[in-house]
Amino acid sequence: MIYIFDGSLEGLLTSVFEWFERKPGAVTIVSKQKYQPDVFTTAFEVLTDRTKADRVWQGLTKRLDRRWMRNVYCAYLSEIPEMQQEIFGFCIYIFQNPAGAEKNYGNAQVLNIAQTARKVEREKHRMEAFIRFQKTADGLFYCGIDPDFNVIPLLVNHFKNRYADQQWIIYDIKRHYGIFYNLETVEEIEMDIDINLLKKSNQHMLDEQEMLYADLWKDYFKSTNIVARKNTKLHTQHVPKRYWKYLTEKL
Amino acid sequence: MSERLREKLNILADAAKYDVSCSSSGSDRKNTNKGVGNGHQSGICHTYTEDGRCVSLLKILLTNHCIFDCAYCVSRRSNDIERAAFTVDEVVELTMNFYRRNYIEGLFLSSGIFKNADFTMERLLRVVKKLRLEENYNGYIHLKTIPGASDELITEAGLYADRMSINLEMPTETGLKLLAPEKSHKDVIKPLGFVKNQIIQFKEEKKLIKSVPKFVPAGQSTQMVIGATPETDKEIMYTAANFYKSFSLKRVYYSGYIPISNDSRMPVLGTQPPLLRENRLYQTDWLMRFYGFDVRELLNDANPHLDTDIDPKLSWALRNMHHFPIDINTADYQMILRVPGIGVGSAQKIVQARKFGRLYIHQLKKIGIAYNRAKHFITCADSPYQLKDFQSHEIKGFILAESQSKYLKTANNQLLLF
Repeated sequence: MIYIFDGSLEGLLTSVFEWFERKPGAVTIVSKQKYQPDVFTTAFEVLTDRTKADRVWQGLTKRLDRRWMRNVYCAYLSEIPEMQQEIFGFCIYIFQNPAGAEKNYGNAQVLNIAQTARKVEREKHRMEAFIRFQKTADGLFYCGIDPDFNVIPLLVNHFKNRYADQQWIIYDIKRHYGIFYNLETVEEIEMDIDINLLKKSNQHMLDEQEMLYADLWKDYFKSTNIVARKNTKLHTQHVPKRYWKYLTEKL
Repeated sequence: MSERLREKLNILADAAKYDVSCSSSGSDRKNTNKGVGNGHQSGICHTYTEDGRCVSLLKILLTNHCIFDCAYCVSRRSNDIERAAFTVDEVVELTMNFYRRNYIEGLFLSSGIFKNADFTMERLLRVVKKLRLEENYNGYIHLKTIPGASDELITEAGLYADRMSINLEMPTETGLKLLAPEKSHKDVIKPLGFVKNQIIQFKEEKKLIKSVPKFVPAGQSTQMVIGATPETDKEIMYTAANFYKSFSLKRVYYSGYIPISNDSRMPVLGTQPPLLRENRLYQTDWLMRFYGFDVRELLNDANPHLDTDIDPKLSWALRNMHHFPIDINTADYQMILRVPGIGVGSAQKIVQARKFGRLYIHQLKKIGIAYNRAKHFITCADSPYQLKDFQSHEIKGFILAESQSKYLKTANNQLLLF
């Protein structure tokens, strides 16, 4: 049996609801975009339903603590195709077992969700570290990113709390959306501009002091290095090369 | 103007880099009144230098003018180097502009001693006050306590800083006297103790009155230079353990000495910094703080030095084979922590998971333990039956044969011909 859903988290949760209503046994779940009909299995299309999804989410909240609810959400944000099936299976496992079942790290699905969530959290943490704002001529702080996982929803609170007195934009170039803080609230934005404008080199759009501070930062990065202790392997382990394009000090 | 600023930054960042502490953790300071910045409980490393050390704070000296002449220090009085000093405004501007661009997690401000301790401390305090009070800055601040500064100045600084530190510099008093005759461990112990007592007092008061301000919320740390004087690992770690206990320190840092002068009392210029030794000391430090080891188990009169070819946890296990093998499915959490190849995270997962059924090898591997190392010390549901009881040195041989060390390119048991 195959369940086809729309790929959203709500759709995924609705699928769990539908499964418990029908109890069809083993089910493979697949998103509409990936679905390819085949002759031997029957397919069932899950229609995303807000109230059904909410009921499943509420049910999970009763059984799992906040950290585990976040694990499930993070696993979804990983956008790894296999994770949909894992989350689906995990939800069913949680509902069918007595409270505390999420501590069973011997269970492959539990472990997989926990480990994937950890990867997503690591990526989120890296973004908190590696984002380098550039101040534009009109006083806005901007940074473009292309993280491995869809971590922007996880970044909102950190940056809102920290940079409360400056307007900023964090834009996911790969997923074509971003967040904008207008000194009051954070809103989701989609920009319709040329990708090249998002690169780090557009000097005419920047604040006149931007280059000075970028240079000072590069100087600082050089001066603080101890040449006698050079350890390139450790360096790239901490700052993998794919992030260098963000880093002012690495340009 | 900006050229001079760049010069100063180069000089004063270069002089500050031998202070290894760069942690930005432990403070949960909130961003109040829509200001800028907040503390992050676990800290954030914003970048890493090419030597692999984290950069989370803007680490600078206010000035590298100094009245002291400590042989191990680049800024010593007799050293012929360029001197510079920041103004208060320059430090504030740099910090704010770096912070707003998310380059840094905060400021680490230290200084050479000019004129006297109070004068220096007062300058440091001025920077910190301006950041907190005028710029509404709530990010992390690590401030050096200047030994000899007055209690009033230290108390006031503690109200604005997140962490304060004073360096022990040399692990023993004799070592310190050899290289810095003007200094003594007593100068360090007094302010460390004073700040520790203040922290306790402020915490007590905060329990009663909620509006009592935070006082050094991220605690205190210190640093020792390793390899400049001939101390044993035992002496170093006993000092560290003692300071952890007496002053509730958050961290002790071990900084491998990098030769900077032709002083006959110390290693000659060009000597490699003792990176492996430093690494082993940190491993021991972690075992003390997170794995429930007592320093006397790891280092004692019979073993005054840490092994170089294997880590201290493995070396303890091999000396104490009578405790092993342990059964993963029944052993105490404390005992599982002591198995080489199992870390804190895996140990916790194991203890939770085994309530649901006996654990098998494939599950342990998935949980993330280093099974090839741990297998000599544990049994689980499907451990193969072993006829022969291997001796410590045999197990050590097995483990060394299949592991690669980043430090030792050739195995120790291999003799070099040339």
